[in-house]
Amino acid sequence: MKRFLLITGIAAMAIMAFTSCSTLVDTAGTLGSMLGEQKGLITSEQGDSIRKGTTAVAKSLEEFTPEQEYYIGRAVGAVVLSRYRVYENAQLNDYVNILGQTLAAASDKPEIFGGYHFLVLDSGDINAFATPGGHIFVTRGLIRCCRLEDALAAVLAHEIGHVQLRHGMQSIEKARTTQALTIIATEGAKNLGSSEVAQLTDTFSGVISDITNSLINNGYSRAFEYQADQASVALVNRLGYNPQGLIDMLKVMGKNIKKGGMDFAKTHPDPNDRIKEIQGRQNFTPVVEPNVRQERFMAAIAGI
Amino acid sequence: MTGFRSMIFCLVLLVVQGLSPAVNAEETMSVQVKESEVRATPSFLGKIVAKVVYGDRVTVTGKSGSWTKVSLKGGTPQGWMHASALTTKRIILKAGQTNVKSGTSQDELALAGKGFNDQVEASFMNQNKILDYTWINLMETFKVKPELMKTFLAEGEVVAPSEGGAQ
Repeated sequence: MKRFLLITGIAAMAIMAFTSCSTLVDTAGTLGSMLGEQKGLITSEQGDSIRKGTTAVAKSLEEFTPEQEYYIGRAVGAVVLSRYRVYENAQLNDYVNILGQTLAAASDKPEIFGGYHFLVLDSGDINAFATPGGHIFVTRGLIRCCRLEDALAAVLAHEIGHVQLRHGMQSIEKARTTQALTIIATEGAKNLGSSEVAQLTDTFSGVISDITNSLINNGYSRAFEYQADQASVALVNRLGYNPQGLIDMLKVMGKNIKKGGMDFAKTHPDPNDRIKEIQGRQNFTPVVEPNVRQERFMAAIAGI
Repeated sequence: MTGFRSMIFCLVLLVVQGLSPAVNAEETMSVQVKESEVRATPSFLGKIVAKVVYGDRVTVTGKSGSWTKVSLKGGTPQGWMHASALTTKRIILKAGQTNVKSGTSQDELALAGKGFNDQVEASFMNQNKILDYTWINLMETFKVKPELMKTFLAEGEVVAPSEGGAQ
């Protein structure tokens, strides 16, 4: 009996060792459809179709290369900048980039095609945007909700989370993703002809409007925002900032936000709901920022 | 009984093979980001021993957490790159100059400049003249060196629970 258990255990481990994570989705679809066929619930043709369909769905977003996400990101960024002016304060933009890029370097995905870059927007709205290409924008209004470097770190880490969790890419309509990937897959190795450029530009425009509609007008789902908050907590913690900075920032945001506004008031869950969601998972100690950190933060945001 | 023993032996061998670090001495990977660095130690604060660009091929010689030890063409220099900068796909640069047939498996290769590229961007900009890329181009030049990150953390007394930098 013991020997039987040993063999069974070893066999199970061997199967696990040979099953890579990337094929899990495919495997689940394949197994499910095979079981269905065996039970006579579906025909073998239907089974084939499900297997093919599952493979296509599982691969779709993965097939966009980092280079393509970069070009998508640049265009999304340009649309954001057609709505908001840049806050041309070199000192603050430098500081935000040092803090933001340091956080990104400590993350699980420190390298993306064009790197992570940050820019402050000249607006009293409470808003922030992250493109699939790693361009991250925060408004003066959102920075005003931060009283500590630890709080600003959490804001930037939340946006880095959106990039890494590919929330922007996931807001592309499914039909558009399929259309784009079909055109790209059939494209040869030659330079693009004018009709191919025209066709790809149409699809590209559609992709950009899908993403900017989510990003600027409708917002992501609450689930995506909570995921980004969790990613933020994990990242700031890893570097040595106190995640309580995020709670502090959300409390100030709760006071500053104007109901009915077109900014986070429209696109994000209520700050109090976000606090409850975060604190439902864990609690943090109060932030005690060293003077030197507090002073450089106050100096960087002076006049904002 | 002997049959059982040899079966167990075979399974143990399979498990050991399956669980050992999956590093093949001949494994090659491609750089999938615009530019990156090879470092002396598996950390962003490690000294830069070489620079690599999009499409460069590297040979994998080891792994440590999220870091991959690589050697460049000719075997030297050796150093570490973060796994997020690498792909197992072969990236073919300069479409048109290689003998790549359309329909080759997407799992094996990616054509640089395929799909949404600078040509498509130029055409998109032409259709949307209201969009101004000036600040996008400018913000992409903001690059913080790892040495500055290190100083920034030290001066702000930001102390990581373990060693700083990506693990």
